[in-house]
Amino acid sequence: KGERIPLTVADFDREKGLIRIVFQIVGKTSEELSTLEEGDELYSFIGPLGKKTEIENYGKVITVGGGTGIACIHPITRALKEAGNEVISIIGARNKELIIMEEEIKKASSKLIVTTDDGSYGRKGFVTQVLKELLDKDKSIKKAWTIGPAIMMKVTCETTKPYPVETIVSLNSIMVDGTGMCGSCRVTIGGETKFVCTDGPEFDGQLVDWVEFMNRLSRYKDSEKKSWDLYHEHTHLCSCGRGIN
Amino acid sequence: MAEMIPPKERVKREQIPMPEQEPKERIYNFKEVPLGYTREQAIYEAQRCLQCKNPKCVPGCPAEINIPQFIKKIVEEDFAGAYLEILKTDDLPAMTGRVCPQEEQCQQVCILEKQGKPIAIGRLERFVADWARENNIHGKLPKVSKKEQKVAIIGSGPAGLTCAADLAKLGYEVTIFEALHQPGGVLVYGIPEFRLPKSIVKYEIKEIEKLGVEVVTNFVVGTTKSVDKLTQEFDAIFLANGAGAPRFMNIPGENLNDVYSANEFLTRSNLMKAYAFPEYDTPIKIGKRAATIGAGNVAMDSARTALRLGAEKSYIVYRRSRKEVPARAEEVHHAEEEGIIFNFLTLPIKVLGDDKGNVIGMECLKMELGEPDDSGRRRPIPIPGSNFVIEVDMVIDAIGTSANPIVARSATGVEINQWGYFIIDDNTKVTTKEGIFAGGDIVRGSATVISAVGDGKVAARAIKEFLSSDKSLRKRF
Repeated sequence: KGERIPLTVADFDREKGLIRIVFQIVGKTSEELSTLEEGDELYSFIGPLGKKTEIENYGKVITVGGGTGIACIHPITRALKEAGNEVISIIGARNKELIIMEEEIKKASSKLIVTTDDGSYGRKGFVTQVLKELLDKDKSIKKAWTIGPAIMMKVTCETTKPYPVETIVSLNSIMVDGTGMCGSCRVTIGGETKFVCTDGPEFDGQLVDWVEFMNRLSRYKDSEKKSWDLYHEHTHLCSCGRGIN
Repeated sequence: MAEMIPPKERVKREQIPMPEQEPKERIYNFKEVPLGYTREQAIYEAQRCLQCKNPKCVPGCPAEINIPQFIKKIVEEDFAGAYLEILKTDDLPAMTGRVCPQEEQCQQVCILEKQGKPIAIGRLERFVADWARENNIHGKLPKVSKKEQKVAIIGSGPAGLTCAADLAKLGYEVTIFEALHQPGGVLVYGIPEFRLPKSIVKYEIKEIEKLGVEVVTNFVVGTTKSVDKLTQEFDAIFLANGAGAPRFMNIPGENLNDVYSANEFLTRSNLMKAYAFPEYDTPIKIGKRAATIGAGNVAMDSARTALRLGAEKSYIVYRRSRKEVPARAEEVHHAEEEGIIFNFLTLPIKVLGDDKGNVIGMECLKMELGEPDDSGRRRPIPIPGSNFVIEVDMVIDAIGTSANPIVARSATGVEINQWGYFIIDDNTKVTTKEGIFAGGDIVRGSATVISAVGDGKVAARAIKEFLSSDKSLRKRF
């Protein structure tokens, strides 16, 4: 009875045949997923989907990750460094608890800067403040990647706009099949309609119609809340009945 | 046992109408609309068949069912025998009996058609398949020597399933690769429950699996594994991935929140069962007034689904006139009975929205019909200055689909035409690469279930010929 949700492959081990997925509890499905235990199975898992990141030796580049976007930026950061780039990573979250995969990102990049909105860890403030300082200081930065909440990616693109730094974003539209057959994930890029699942998820951030993108993300807000509330009501009853928390 | 009746009597009898759920009731549920013939009705209808010596109906059926033969068995009340007769060539009878446009196929060439009383072949086929399912009658497993050769089928829609069944019956080792989590293609995500119950699709696919066909779901050929890779593991490949990419009109406002492609709308409702939200997790949004653009079967399905999900008004908006409507007459009739409102000669030019991105209306132009175009239908021409607004709060684009490029991209040497469809030899369904065959919508563009079934059959025959030919003749495999 479940729904299909898109999640990024944050890490993989080809020899062991493992992949790593990092998710945040934001609603019914992700909360239900968090109740799975080792040895449990997923009913359905499909992938890999979407286009590959364009990895080249660009010289000096920046990767910016926010929230669970930190997990998503990890494999890109690693691949960029392996391709010979000097990679500066900036990762940020609301507070210390939400900073994830710090060690992995540190290993994957040449330099790492951590920020928290409340200053509980690393630098206080937003990733974009650090980004702006870096861009002002270092004119040799060629390209940037940013993954995080829509609003963060939008502000990041606004920050890099005055600089000659191409900024790639990884869009997180509402998806159903993820194989290009429905267009639920469609976005307007430079005036053209594109499907995030097959044409993306990465696009030139300066060409994205952010207003439309963010409107479309909120399409099912009411249903999402209803579904989550119902799940809580239900699990609460069940837990009481079984005497477990 | 029922008796054959004299031909004179047969010709006099009228076709038995299909019992159906009342329109007033059925718009509140997703249960099947036609209820199917009773045993008595089926026999009475079957008795009308003239049992032609040279039946025209058989070549009219892309699945090549021996129609007079199975109908004769109905008259003899040997329903199991009728079922096995159909299964000789058609492994999806409950489905083809329901969704085939029989009026353009077997029934169109029925000799009684001239008097306007063709045998209701589809309804009889459906009766037999449903009876067999309810009475637990199964097809016989073929006694053939298992062959070593392996065939990969890409896509589990009607073309892929048919090809797989035919090859399995010949003894080949067959694996179907399906991208979604459930097999069936358009039979599960496209055609709604009220036309084709999903439990029946599941049942018939299970029957095909019993023949030894392996179905691998969650496998996207092109990303999970390329066609090129599969050619190293299989002796032949049949590409039957359909034409699943939605088309949009490319008019302003089309990316507003409540504009769906029919594919998305129907996938949410049919495959993900969003009509049962929140029991099922996938949500769907329904406006009070829904406009469906287009007038094919998919458009009828979408408009009727919107109605069942709670839309107070459900419109069909079509740029041509009633005469050019491509949907099956039966579906249009059902839609009208249910209160779908048809807007003919109407072309949407802009979807209007509020500042939150929600749809509030659709600006349209009136059309008039000009000279016939390439398709033989009169070309619709906009009347300048005839702009008007239909007040709607949701829009469903059902203007057709096109090829999804994922599979083709991963198949070196398999050429596609300008629309992204595979180029094939019509007789053998072989692509520009030896050993790789293709059929169904990914070759002809969006067409019918039965044409896909037909392609699957032809391809199976060609694959058999290819695999049993002298190895030295094969260049690439």
